[in-house]
Amino acid sequence: MKAKVHVTLKQGVLDPQGKAVLHALEALGFGGVKSVRQGKFIELDLTETDPKKAAAAVEAMCKKLLANTVIEDYRVDISEG
Amino acid sequence: MKAAVIVFPGSNCDRDVQVALRESSGSEPLMVWHREAALPDVDLIVIPGGFSYGDYLRSGAMAAHSPVMKDVVAKSKKGVPVLGICNGFQVLTECGLLPGVLMPNAGLKFVCKDVHVRTEAADTPFTQGYNEGQVIRIPVAHHDGNYFTDEDTLKRLNDQGRVAFRYVNEDGSKGNGANPNGSMDDIAGILNKSRTVLGLMPHPERLSDPAMGGTDGRAMFDGLVQALG
Repeated sequence: MKAKVHVTLKQGVLDPQGKAVLHALEALGFGGVKSVRQGKFIELDLTETDPKKAAAAVEAMCKKLLANTVIEDYRVDISEG
Repeated sequence: MKAAVIVFPGSNCDRDVQVALRESSGSEPLMVWHREAALPDVDLIVIPGGFSYGDYLRSGAMAAHSPVMKDVVAKSKKGVPVLGICNGFQVLTECGLLPGVLMPNAGLKFVCKDVHVRTEAADTPFTQGYNEGQVIRIPVAHHDGNYFTDEDTLKRLNDQGRVAFRYVNEDGSKGNGANPNGSMDDIAGILNKSRTVLGLMPHPERLSDPAMGGTDGRAMFDGLVQALG
């Protein structure tokens, strides 16, 4: 199975990098962007073949290492390898 | 005082703190490689500054799960004092010994300069070399020093007197750019509940000898020797 993990800053946590990207876009003449939030994308190739077990395993990985839940949210998408 | 300094791949202040500990205590600190499964019995554990594991994923995140950290956490729970400086502070938040997290600096730039901090808690082994309210000059050198936590935890830190150091101007006043990184409530260093763990972004070891241009950091190591024998 494959897992795609998106790690993003929680709402309410200031994202200076996103803000800088927003300003850079404006400076380049790209109008119409209300806000930018920057995050991480992590792709995992798993030996597990059961989608439920895979989801549970990746959930544990997110809590323990992949995300810092003080400031970050994560979203896991499991798909057939 | 017998101290252990944990060395990760990418640590770069380990030898600076080794010298500072040696100068203050007169005995040689143990340098412990991160792959060791256990630490010998020591009076103090120091997690030094640097860029452990190249700051991969998040600064301090990989080091927090290094083999040796299990024993650091276990010993800390038994009351052995733990000092985390800069990257060491980041490791301590990532492994759960201290609350909150060190986010990228608000200005998005690496900040390397001398700043002033006010001693907010002088009743710990780490800070007893200072007087409460004493302002000291101390270097910072970091990209991720922007302390953040939830409102409840912040209130708890303040109510329990667990903010050890706060960024201030030379005269002790707040504001006017005294805070180099956007850190919440100007926090430069915090303690755990039992006041046996201190994490701080500034580097006391970098101003601990007249040859370095200042000695304001030395009192931390002298105080530790006084407290821990």
